[in-house]
Amino acid sequence: MSDENNDKDYWSANLRIIMWSLVIWALVSFGFGILLRPVLSGISVGGSDLGFWFAQQGSILVFLALIFNYAWRMNKLDREYGVDEQ
Amino acid sequence: MDQFTINLLFVGASFALYIGIAIWARAGSTSEFYAAGRGVHPVTNGMATAADWMSAASFISMAGLIAFTGYDNSSFLMGWTGGYVLLALLLAPYLRKFGKFTVSEFIGDRFYSSTARMVAVICLIVASTTYVIGQMTGVGVAFGRFLEVDNTTGLLIGACVVFAYAVFGGMKGVTYTQVAQYVVLILAYTIPAIFISLQLTGNPIPGLGLFGDHAASGEPLLTKLDAIVTDLGFNEYTMHHADTLNMVLFTLSLMIGTAGLPHVIMRFFTVPKVSDARWSAGWALVFIALLYLTAPAVGAMARLNITEMFWPNGTDQAAVSVETIQSDPNYDWMLTWQKTGLLDWEDKNGDGMIQYYNDGSEAMAATAAANGWTGNELTKFNRDILVLANPEIANLPGWVSGLVAAGGLAAALSTAAGLLLAISSAVSHDLLKGQLTPNISEKNELMAARIAMAVAIAIATYLGLNPPGFAAQTVALAFGLAAASIFPALMMGIFSTRINNRGAVAGMLAGLIVTLIYIFLHKGWFFIPGTNSFTDADPLLGTIKSTSFGAIGAAINFTVAYIVTGMTKEIPREIRELVESVRVPRGAGAAQADH
Repeated sequence: MSDENNDKDYWSANLRIIMWSLVIWALVSFGFGILLRPVLSGISVGGSDLGFWFAQQGSILVFLALIFNYAWRMNKLDREYGVDEQ
Repeated sequence: MDQFTINLLFVGASFALYIGIAIWARAGSTSEFYAAGRGVHPVTNGMATAADWMSAASFISMAGLIAFTGYDNSSFLMGWTGGYVLLALLLAPYLRKFGKFTVSEFIGDRFYSSTARMVAVICLIVASTTYVIGQMTGVGVAFGRFLEVDNTTGLLIGACVVFAYAVFGGMKGVTYTQVAQYVVLILAYTIPAIFISLQLTGNPIPGLGLFGDHAASGEPLLTKLDAIVTDLGFNEYTMHHADTLNMVLFTLSLMIGTAGLPHVIMRFFTVPKVSDARWSAGWALVFIALLYLTAPAVGAMARLNITEMFWPNGTDQAAVSVETIQSDPNYDWMLTWQKTGLLDWEDKNGDGMIQYYNDGSEAMAATAAANGWTGNELTKFNRDILVLANPEIANLPGWVSGLVAAGGLAAALSTAAGLLLAISSAVSHDLLKGQLTPNISEKNELMAARIAMAVAIAIATYLGLNPPGFAAQTVALAFGLAAASIFPALMMGIFSTRINNRGAVAGMLAGLIVTLIYIFLHKGWFFIPGTNSFTDADPLLGTIKSTSFGAIGAAINFTVAYIVTGMTKEIPREIRELVESVRVPRGAGAAQADH
């Protein structure tokens, strides 16, 4: 039974990380890159504005950070909950 | 040495390298054929995934689409990278834990139904075949240019090469070959971009040069570009002009399509551990980002170079003369591309000059009338030629063009090979061995896999002769199909313990069929030209183009699956346990061959 609860806790911790990651994922691409671009138009970046930068480059850099952050945190979480492969 | 010989040398040498590696690492057993014995390191796997993923669409086509549209086509950049976040967080580790070879095996087992598995196989085949059509378009452009023949001949020769190449080996040969292809591809993409960035901005990193200053005028590069294109009546490069709803849906379709494409997902079955599957997705995106951070710079800089080529003394002075195009070596690229039929110009008003401007713009009408222009005289500029022509446009040394030709072919070939492998494994492994003829011998299974490859490439070549769009647009349709059918099924399979067999089957069928019909209504039934009832300029539903419909198809898939599940029997206990076991990495052994 405790094993089952442990797995449930592990899963909800995982879901929390996923949820926050996806919030950031959507914010930088659909948010800053498209929908919120008019709001950010005052911040200029090399001949255009911040929204343009997020749409063309910024979101990609954030995506990279999100994936590596997730991999690192989950591999740590695996060990904390004793569900890793070793 | 002339350009043709240089191209031949580069393409020949790169092919010799790939084929050499493929022979050296040829697949021996069925399990090696599909998944390379699971001995692939995450960095190696990430590089191979990147080569697999970045196809003719990314390499040949995307920068051209961005160059001529600007900001509005940022969807390609965000969509084709953002999907990796979904893949890494929502699918890769769980599918690796599940430990089978193919996506449809997971769907079949999770939804305890051979019907579900068959439906998944059909979805995979439809999406992958559409994808190969887009690749063949790119292959046609690349071979047409490199052999200096027309586009159709280039396509037919290209198809033969792709086929010969794909039957050489399975995943194992392909994994190491694709590492080599990645290296060729990324050098070919970035080297000309670095040269051009140095010429225009003095910054050796193209991604930074894009936001830097234009060396000749001292203004920011993007400001300069905006000014020069608006002078000619085109939309400002950096501004948002397209419909916002369509842009959001298009970006989302590309993202979830990425996470639903079999040939990408299959890559995550080949890493040794669940934790490696997580890292692999990150490494794949690192290698992909090297190209994707460069692509917007390639597009913007090429647009500036091309415009200045036609208006050498500025947009308020005389345009380039026909005589200059015929005789000045800087314009040789126009003559060579004219042979492929993908670039053309016509001196409509007979003034001996070629005026390139937007003749659809009302604001330009007065200027055009005052100067005696009677229409845009750059009559044809196929977007798919931009990247391949780019080194010549910027007047770079011949070897750079040779490298780009080799890189473009590497991109198209590696993806075509990966897709053909996915199609062949769907037919031989899932359809024949899994369903129709379970006792098939290993030898016959491999034979069936190769026949499936041949059939797929024949269909794709035939449809590639009259493609439904530029390479990247056709590929975007494939993503829409994967987004509407496979991704929701995989996600519900992992994140829901409720969705049952009937729900999943109904959801996949609804998503696939509705999306397919929407695409066929706009692009022609089975992509046969002329059979469409609507166009993407004036779509059936509001502003939603056929390339953006995948996100809606996915929503339909989820909804139908939930409703049907609610009306039918609960899922059995052992399936609930299967889902729970997939969620924790513990006990992920080596993968099992078919049960």
